[in-house]
Amino acid sequence: MRQVFLTANNIISPLGLTSDQNIAEVAREKSGISQHTDSKILPVPFCASIINNEVLDTAFAEIGNATQYTKLEKMMLLSLRDTMEQANFSISEKTALIVATTKGNIDALGNDFPSERAYLPVLGEVVQTFFGFKNEPIVVSNACVSGLLAIAIAKRLIQNEFYENAFIVAGDIVSKFTLSGFNAFQAISDTPCRPYSKNRNGITIGEAAASAAITSQKTIDAIEIAGDGSSNDANHISGPSRTGEGLYNCVQSAMREAQMISEDIDLISAHGTATLYNDEMEAIAFNRSKLEETPLHSLKGYYGHTLGASGLLEAIVGVHAMKNNTYYTSLGMDELGVSKPLQVITQVGSGNIRTCLKTASGFGGCNTAVVFKKSED
Amino acid sequence: MSNKNYYISTYCSLQNGALFVNGKATLEMDRSLPFIVLAKTIYKETGINYPKFFKMDNLSKLAFLTAEFLLEHSALSEKDVQKMGIVLSNKSASLDTDRKHQESISDDKNYYPSPATFVYTLPNIGIGEISIRHQIKGENAFFVFNTFNAKGLFQYAASLLASKKSNHVLCGWVDVDKEEYKSYFYIVSKEGMYPHTEEVINQLYINNEWKP
Repeated sequence: MRQVFLTANNIISPLGLTSDQNIAEVAREKSGISQHTDSKILPVPFCASIINNEVLDTAFAEIGNATQYTKLEKMMLLSLRDTMEQANFSISEKTALIVATTKGNIDALGNDFPSERAYLPVLGEVVQTFFGFKNEPIVVSNACVSGLLAIAIAKRLIQNEFYENAFIVAGDIVSKFTLSGFNAFQAISDTPCRPYSKNRNGITIGEAAASAAITSQKTIDAIEIAGDGSSNDANHISGPSRTGEGLYNCVQSAMREAQMISEDIDLISAHGTATLYNDEMEAIAFNRSKLEETPLHSLKGYYGHTLGASGLLEAIVGVHAMKNNTYYTSLGMDELGVSKPLQVITQVGSGNIRTCLKTASGFGGCNTAVVFKKSED
Repeated sequence: MSNKNYYISTYCSLQNGALFVNGKATLEMDRSLPFIVLAKTIYKETGINYPKFFKMDNLSKLAFLTAEFLLEHSALSEKDVQKMGIVLSNKSASLDTDRKHQESISDDKNYYPSPATFVYTLPNIGIGEISIRHQIKGENAFFVFNTFNAKGLFQYAASLLASKKSNHVLCGWVDVDKEEYKSYFYIVSKEGMYPHTEEVINQLYINNEWKP
């Protein structure tokens, strides 16, 4: 089967409106998380990573009328616009549009936009119409693995020659809907989240959009999508597996396809939500995979958990880590607080990063893994 | 293009008060019954014993019941079922339950968000419920399309089979939106009765009693 590459990309977050701006902030360990008081979202003050509306609207004014689009749409459209400008291809009959989101415009159930806007196909159509995509959008809504799964879906459809290339965009917002729900689960940390730390006590929610160009045409700085896999725990709809079953299975599936063994993986960009059970589950799965000595980070300390956006956003940071040969810090880590060893990165370092394993896990027992590889000339 | 031939072996649909398996109505009830009543009646009348069923939201109940009858009529071994991929789709994602969660948080004086409702505000939870019930640990994906999209399901299932990520894929549509509900699941394998083509997938969706 033919090779498939990730090329142009963008991240829209509180840390910046381009991938380069985001990477520069991650490199200096700047977090987008801050404390917010907004009774329209939660009755008590909360930590979250939220994009400033004025910054977003000012940037959006260059490409469209900010009042006609929801916040999520503006984030996604701006992100995709930047990716498309850098990409080595433009939209054709053989270009797929993949939109990944956990909750889409869920705020439309409670704000001034018509509630029909909350239907995910409507979101897909907004993106399709804005740029003039020829094919019906493929909307992926698979909980918190959505963004990473979108990469795997694009790669598989291109590999099997259903499409030549794809633009993928993933996004989710901080809303009363999600924050109240996670809060009811008592899953929200009262301080910025601390993945894998002994002192972790829950997630921080964030909002972001990320996008990427996926193509069978190799470019100079293309990163190969060398393997992927997804697997269900078949254990619990909201609790992570105690054996790390699904995560272990999908990591094995991705490495097998990439023809790699654990020693070949140079960096793990893990999910690391900072709940007690999720991080413990990951430690077990990575140990079962013999990856306990591989440098690992979670980026939730910078962005919070950006739900359906997280997998793509964090994969893009991983791609830049490979290009820059830089190990970025797992922000919030102090003392390891999981029962198995992990090499959590505690300071920025350099090294030859040829490969990166990105993982994600979510409600419904879903897990996804993708292996990226620097392409050799 | 993936020109390998795959086949549809078993298909099952639940809509308008009736359950169809392989093009045959196997259970017909009053089509005016609300889904919640219908689901409970089918559960009881067919002798399913799975108490977790009663905790599920309507979308998961519909997915669960459809998978129950589909797999009961499939010839796949237990081992094959446990490795199969699941690719589902719909139009409304989890909006039917999302509205319930929204209702619980819309009034600050009557604010009662419930974890038991919130966990079902994701369309892929039904995949999780089916996976737990049948111990299926394969590939997962949930797509959302404006209308039934045979092409999208066809291409992704064919990709999973061609790249050997799955040997069998449970595909389909499962939508619940207020009073409306409809499911249609089928299994794609390397062997089977009917050709796995967009046309066949579409025909089976449009006409429950159509046989290729």
